[in-house]
Amino acid sequence: MNIIFLIIAVFTVAMALYAVMTKDRTMAVLAAGATGLFASILFVMMAAPDVAMTEAAIGSGLTTFIFFFALRKVKRGQKNG
Amino acid sequence: MVKKGFILLMIVALGFMLWDFVGNYSSKTELADVSSHYVEQGPEELGAANVVTSVVVTYRGLDTLGEVTILFAAAAVVGLLLHLNRNENEQRREGSELLKTGTALLFPLILLFGVYVFINGHLTPGGGFQGGAIIASAVVLSVLSDPNKKAGHTALTVIESLSGLTYVLLGAAGAILAVNGFLDNRILPLGEYGSLLSAGLIPAIYSVVGLKVGSELSSVVISFKGDSKEEEV
Amino acid sequence: MIGTMAIITGSLLILIGLWGLLSNKDIIRMIVGFSLFDVGIHIVMLSIGYINGGTAPIVEKLSDLGKTYVDPVPQALVLTAIVIGLGITAFMLTYAVNMYLKKGTLDIDKFEELKW
Repeated sequence: MNIIFLIIAVFTVAMALYAVMTKDRTMAVLAAGATGLFASILFVMMAAPDVAMTEAAIGSGLTTFIFFFALRKVKRGQKNG
Repeated sequence: MVKKGFILLMIVALGFMLWDFVGNYSSKTELADVSSHYVEQGPEELGAANVVTSVVVTYRGLDTLGEVTILFAAAAVVGLLLHLNRNENEQRREGSELLKTGTALLFPLILLFGVYVFINGHLTPGGGFQGGAIIASAVVLSVLSDPNKKAGHTALTVIESLSGLTYVLLGAAGAILAVNGFLDNRILPLGEYGSLLSAGLIPAIYSVVGLKVGSELSSVVISFKGDSKEEEV
Repeated sequence: MIGTMAIITGSLLILIGLWGLLSNKDIIRMIVGFSLFDVGIHIVMLSIGYINGGTAPIVEKLSDLGKTYVDPVPQALVLTAIVIGLGITAFMLTYAVNMYLKKGTLDIDKFEELKW
């Protein structure tokens, strides 16, 4: 259990580092979503299934979607001028 | 260069504070008094198996009311600002046949699952917020498959307002009819422990919260999608 | 052990989020840094309520009442915080989109006026 927790924690931190360091905006948003997903696994292991469900559905799913809708609005503006 | 130095300094300073915090941390072995009351007497007192639900809905119910209000304000401002500055003038590409058929099949099932999650909030993990997010994800799917469909703003507003009103009325009913004041769930009989219709008002309140959160999140998503040209006329 | 690892993970995420918030000029990526900060705070809050060997606070039968459960209060708070976090993120993104529509750029250095 401890080993699995450690591995997932390392993944979470690595995804967060990638989200901050990458030059690509889209990849940054995706990596932030993946951080939320790994964090929700950590929540399950910390005996918080309610929080894990919320984080997976809202923090990882809907937030990423809203980011992409916003990115699309911004990109279309770039094309038009 | 100076700016980078400042950033480094801030991070090191915050890291120092957190280091102190982490160094003094040790896992607790027993609960504090309030929490142990919630865990040990909560299930008998309120009849809800999921203690997190009884904390969210009843013991700290006023916090949840405030939170739903904040979410409403955020959704309203998002809708207003995006509506003022829309410049949608192109027809968006439709989703593929596969996505459309899949949506037609899955949309009611996902809605049903959202309702299942919030109705069972007092027995299993899950509840109003999770169920609302699942409902909003069904709306995301339908938005993706048919971007030019007319958005049901009126229906969403009606659901949202009605469920908000019902939430406050149920809370006020608790204040008048039950012993412990606003949002007390014991105006209905507690019922058999562990069955669907138990725990007094908790399933009703959490369903209302689920509908409200679901319609608010859906309206945020629909505002970000933006209205297409035909609707503006 | 799990509590200690979790609080270290959460603190690292907070620092990474602060770094992303301060070192980027792109508004969207500043918001990404903010959401990482958010996740870090949630992990730290939950690790404070963690009890060694505790199970999730769901009492299946009334006879199970004596068992060790983790603290439900931080869980309820984090549940609230996640939902509000989505509202705040959507709000910030709306402002970012509006600023972009006004100026045609997302670089924070180009916004020099106090009021846009």
